[in-house]
Amino acid sequence: MIPILNQATLLFPSKSSNEAFARTTAACFAAQLDPTLDEIGDIKTAVSEAVTNVIVHAYPTDLGVVTLRLRILEGRLFEVMVRDKGVGIADVHRAREPLYTTGDDSRSGMGFTIMESFMDYLRVRSAPGKGTTVTMRKRIAPRPGAGK
Amino acid sequence: MGIGLVQEGGALTVYLKGDIDHHSARSIMLGLDRELVARSPRRLAVDMGEVSFMDSSGLAVVLRGLRRMEEVGGEIALCRVPDQAKKVFAAAGLDKLISIT
Ligand SMILES: Nc1ncnc2c1ncn2[C@@H]1O[C@H](COP(=O)(O)OP(=O)(O)OP(=O)(O)O)[C@@H](O)[C@H]1O
Ligand SMILES: [Mg+2]
Repeated sequence: MIPILNQATLLFPSKSSNEAFARTTAACFAAQLDPTLDEIGDIKTAVSEAVTNVIVHAYPTDLGVVTLRLRILEGRLFEVMVRDKGVGIADVHRAREPLYTTGDDSRSGMGFTIMESFMDYLRVRSAPGKGTTVTMRKRIAPRPGAGK
Repeated sequence: MGIGLVQEGGALTVYLKGDIDHHSARSIMLGLDRELVARSPRRLAVDMGEVSFMDSSGLAVVLRGLRRMEEVGGEIALCRVPDQAKKVFAAAGLDKLISIT
């Protein structure tokens, strides 16, 4: 286990108006690692993908609870966990493939691919009928001359 | 979130602004569809200079525009694309299908 230096957990309903709230909150929390604009953009994008998946896929008809857990781990690691108790994913391996989608034409099946390429680590745990937990980590590069 | 327009002959420029995510994409997509039907341009330029954020929801909007333009033998190009959105397009390989500057 990597030592946890700081953490915050938020619970909110799966309303699309919370997508911007979730990604900006994650970026604000990560700010204590003094990330570059580029790294902030990566975090916002990955969090937006994971939270949107909950809103669109996990709870397709009714609102449910989204759990967003943010952590700073030793070694300048930012970790975000997004959890739902929604429909779950039968075949996670398949779901992670580029272009795979069960959505309509407003989805393109690239969410997991984007999370994977924007973060350093992506783990997806899911059980049909029980829900899905997505955990991502990104190492924030030390910036010489910035802060301590 | 809004969409602005300038038409010069067969060339239509659509100006997108704000965050493009699942929350906002539906209305952008409908707005774009409406304008393409009403104006039937030969060339569509999407100006993203004022876009503050875009995730995969924006990919679907652009792919829809691409399909609509291909149906009529027209062209689509994206311009003034911010770095964050560029990275999303690149991760999805869209930079190989569409001109992105
Ligand atoms: N939290 C979740 N609960 C249930 N199913 C999910 C969840 N997240 C992803 N999925 C499933 O995995 C598929 C792939 O997800 P991914 O984010 O890669 O693509 P998408 O959401 O379909 O499209 P895009 O993200 O490009 O808009 C989804 O279509 C859905 O079937
Ligand atoms: Mg998705």
